[in-house]
Amino acid sequence: MRTYRIRTALVILTALALVLPVALLTEAQTKGTIKIATQSPLSGGQAALGEGLKLGTQLAIEQKKGPIEKLGFKVELVPYDDQAKPDVGVANAANVIADKDILVVVGHLNSGVAIPSSEKYKEVMLAMISPANTNPVVTDRNYLNVSRVCGRDDVQGVVGAEFAKTTLKAKKAYVIHDKTTYGQGVAEFFRDHAKKIGIEVVGFEGTEEKSNFDPIITPIKAKNPDLIYFGGIYDQAAPFFKQTREKGVKATFLGPDGMDSSDLAKIGGSAVKGMYYTSVAGPVTVYPKAKKFAGDYKAKFKKDPEPFAAQAYDSASIGLAAVEQAIKAAGGKMPNREQVSVAVRKSKYEGLTGKIEFDEKGDPKKALYFVLQVVSDDPAKWGDNKEVKRLEIAAPPLKK
Amino acid sequence: MHWRGALRSLLSRPVPAAITVMAAIALSGYSVAHFPRSIMAFLLFQASILLLYFSRIHPWLKAALAVLTLGLLMPILGTINGYYLEVTIQVGIFVSLALGLNIVVGLAGLLDLGYVAFFAVGAYTWAIFGSPQANKFISEAWLKFPLASEWFFVFLVLGVITGAVTGILLGLPVLRLRGDYLAIVTLGFGEVIRVLANNLDKPINFTNGPKGITPIQRPPLFFQPFLHLLGIEAPPTALYPLYLYFLVLLIVGVVTVVNRRLENSHIGRAWEAIREDEVAAQAMGVPLVRLKLMAFACGASFAGVMGVVFSSKQVFINPESFTFLESIGVLAMVILGGMGSIPGAILGATAVTVLNLQILKGLSLWLNELRNAGVTILGYNLADLPTQLEPAKYERMVFGAILVLMVILRPQGIIPTRRRTRELGAE
Amino acid sequence: MDLHLLIVIFPQVLLDGLILGFMYALIALGYTMVYGVLEFINFAHSEIFVVGAFVGVEILLMLKARGGLELLSPFLILLLLLVAGMAVSGLLAMAVERVAYRPLRGTPRLIPLISAIGVSFFLQDAIRLVESIWRNAFNLVYPTMDQLNHRFTLTETIDVSVKSVVVIVVALLMLWALHLLVNRTKIGKAIRAVAEDQATASLMGINVNRMISLTFLIGGAMGGAAGVLFGIQYSLINPYTGFIPGLKAFTAAVLGGIGNIPGAMVGGLVLGLLEAFAASYLSLLTHGAFGAEYKDIFAFSVLILILIFRPKGLLGEVVRERA
Repeated sequence: MRTYRIRTALVILTALALVLPVALLTEAQTKGTIKIATQSPLSGGQAALGEGLKLGTQLAIEQKKGPIEKLGFKVELVPYDDQAKPDVGVANAANVIADKDILVVVGHLNSGVAIPSSEKYKEVMLAMISPANTNPVVTDRNYLNVSRVCGRDDVQGVVGAEFAKTTLKAKKAYVIHDKTTYGQGVAEFFRDHAKKIGIEVVGFEGTEEKSNFDPIITPIKAKNPDLIYFGGIYDQAAPFFKQTREKGVKATFLGPDGMDSSDLAKIGGSAVKGMYYTSVAGPVTVYPKAKKFAGDYKAKFKKDPEPFAAQAYDSASIGLAAVEQAIKAAGGKMPNREQVSVAVRKSKYEGLTGKIEFDEKGDPKKALYFVLQVVSDDPAKWGDNKEVKRLEIAAPPLKK
Repeated sequence: MHWRGALRSLLSRPVPAAITVMAAIALSGYSVAHFPRSIMAFLLFQASILLLYFSRIHPWLKAALAVLTLGLLMPILGTINGYYLEVTIQVGIFVSLALGLNIVVGLAGLLDLGYVAFFAVGAYTWAIFGSPQANKFISEAWLKFPLASEWFFVFLVLGVITGAVTGILLGLPVLRLRGDYLAIVTLGFGEVIRVLANNLDKPINFTNGPKGITPIQRPPLFFQPFLHLLGIEAPPTALYPLYLYFLVLLIVGVVTVVNRRLENSHIGRAWEAIREDEVAAQAMGVPLVRLKLMAFACGASFAGVMGVVFSSKQVFINPESFTFLESIGVLAMVILGGMGSIPGAILGATAVTVLNLQILKGLSLWLNELRNAGVTILGYNLADLPTQLEPAKYERMVFGAILVLMVILRPQGIIPTRRRTRELGAE
Repeated sequence: MDLHLLIVIFPQVLLDGLILGFMYALIALGYTMVYGVLEFINFAHSEIFVVGAFVGVEILLMLKARGGLELLSPFLILLLLLVAGMAVSGLLAMAVERVAYRPLRGTPRLIPLISAIGVSFFLQDAIRLVESIWRNAFNLVYPTMDQLNHRFTLTETIDVSVKSVVVIVVALLMLWALHLLVNRTKIGKAIRAVAEDQATASLMGINVNRMISLTFLIGGAMGGAAGVLFGIQYSLINPYTGFIPGLKAFTAAVLGGIGNIPGAMVGGLVLGLLEAFAASYLSLLTHGAFGAEYKDIFAFSVLILILIFRPKGLLGEVVRERA
């Protein structure tokens, strides 16, 4: 009989848990609640990045909800876990659009989830501002409601190659990527541009491996390149760099904005000291706002921001400012989703590291790229990374 | 225990059963319409469909009620809240996958850990030709892609065929293998298909690798002129979810009927004979090779056809949708439902999908709302909850625990096959 | 084709493959132990393995914070980590068996498999929960111990680090110890009896439940040891690290003949070598048309081929052949 008692208890618990939301929904409120949703993987192997995205948004909401609250609205964050799976992301998206209070979505981490999910958002013209989806397709579909604050693969890869040629004077480069939309995309554009400007690409290799890079390093060592470009995220790149150095490869390391995490230094140690990475997020030493963000983030969440957390902060801030504009335009009433999308597209926002404006298809008009150098193997000194070069590149125009 | 017995006796008498079921459907349907955001209300609606299935009422009345709920009420509720329709469509997709895997694992007893590969094959079949992707390896001068959306229906059939062919291709080399050796080979096969999809962007670009394929054509809205005649003007964005829902419903219906017929035919019995004792089955004259291949082909074809629907539903696919974890998920559905049992597979798929997409999400959203409202539980203000304990982060953990609990409480599955019930009862 | 290059890197690739292979073999031992007795794939073994790795890193970080890393000999520390990792993982495996598998004994073989998958999901996020409260971190890094990182340079292109040698030595010791335990002791005999026939074993006065618990303890301990070595070798771990190595090790166990202890070792080595050669050579041989990303396809294709010709794995299945 014991199991039956457990079962009954379970049934009652679940029933209670599900009845209560109904009770809660009827609660009276001010002029209404405006919700900002995040969609990112909060569980599974990419949870660290996905959570960074959520926390960046959370910080932005807490710091910048004031003006909207003054207009008489409550502002809330609704985090969704898309598990980095497209089907879960789409189901969540359907749930998001069913909640009329949600006016802005900050997300996703993976382009593979963002693209099908944004088809759902488009049904109701719900604004999605992406902090991390660098796949060109995301904005090349020319949807009014889809914008991104991050750069595109076809820009960032090029920036890396230019830097390798002009500053590092690289002659032989070896390119590694992580077989994801992001990593492979950046790596391919790096390779193509590198070849064009006269860098010899002696190897181009993709791998899903996360721990053991020995068999990949062996041919690299034999070919002895003077530059290794890793298209991917720090949690895979750092062990790779570490093992590469341990095996005695002397090449310079270069990577995209997926490297921008103090965990890179924590994992890679002395191997990553002196390496370079490209990013739209500038060094906190130069930009007081970025410095404040990093400080606030650390104070609140007791850890350093992940890559894309700063971009998520900017995305959410743009979203909040757009909502505020839309409320004012709607005469102090709750704006509809399309009005918010339009306001997002028109935003002129002073971001952490410079002005963000969108072009007609939702790319940042002029992306300011920084090349940064890791100055220390101490993760606490990640903020001291110094800027070695600055490049401003416009996103390619819409192909018609 | 008492309420279960009471419910059972209530449902076994035709007239009270009919009244209860109808009342349940009407009440829950009304509550969904009234509280469109309450997941509880929709769950009650889903439960009332289950009630309908278990009740012993006149078959015709049952069928009529089923048509009414699934064919009319569900689409209406789905228009009120599109999320429910999305969940239901995904339930349909997974039901079809579970039914397919049920043939391989449940009936024929061949453990397949790479089932999602067939789903991927179907999905890529339509994705490649239903998008401009095919022009990356076929000259535009020769044929311009994407194919017109009418081709979708041809590709539904092609999905069945490619699924079946891949099933046979996998089946051929592994016929001699048993048990866990078969499991590991199918697992490998599933990974091979995924890795191929991830890498066949060079030397010739077939699949566009991790960047995925988009935009994939949706099925044609051939009925729009009729709607127009009826005076219904609806934008395609509103029509597609409903359209896909009916399409999925139709396919699930067909798959269920095929499954049922197969199960009760000599083929189905031969499969079960193989499952119980391969050597004995062979001795009784069951052609092992042919029947095993047939099991693989049948199971795979269901996944193939759903793959085509899936890719057109998503508009975009890339290999991330076809990981090993998806195969494991479908296997869990089949086993939770009750191996070899058709209603079991359907219910298992529904339960797992609803749990994952609806209940757990609803739970963490609810906790989030409580936190935003600053509710205090036992003197602890939820607003102070550290971010490490963010409820949305632990959905998978709860899912895992529920999986273990469900298996321990009902090891024979939610709806075991009749024969297995007897077997277990005898022990 | 640059033939010279291919030849120059050959010994290094061979060495890389062997190290990886021994790593797989160690994890595979845990799968094989449990399978040999219960004929059931312990899907949660990859999490048992990760727990071992986490125990190791926690102890190291604690030692580091107290300055113990410099004071103690690295081999003493290693021994400490191994013992602690084995103890915790072994006990956890036993607990998992008690809670999630024992109630399902006697049900069809696939039922406990699903329970194991549930345990695996649960443990992954439970580890994450504990780590995020305890350290507020997702990725943890094994602190470097210089003596273990020292590399012996054999030739200009070939070298091997102390920690890799440690992996090989420990793996061989474990195999040997396990072999002795199973084949030369009374406990081993009892475990084998339970594997053969539970009912008869129990009639002979063997406590079946205790023997099965013991099997999980030993298998879990193997996983724990593998976790510690994995951490030392590759340094980065997170709660989801175990999934891929676990899958590979399971493959290795089947490849060698599941339930067969030397088979796990052979399967691990074959798989490790296959992967290493595929990852290093495919790109060079095909001029970049196919690269390291095909290593899994290559490995699985060879696996399928091997199983076609030897349907019960390379060394055969011990359990059924004994019967």
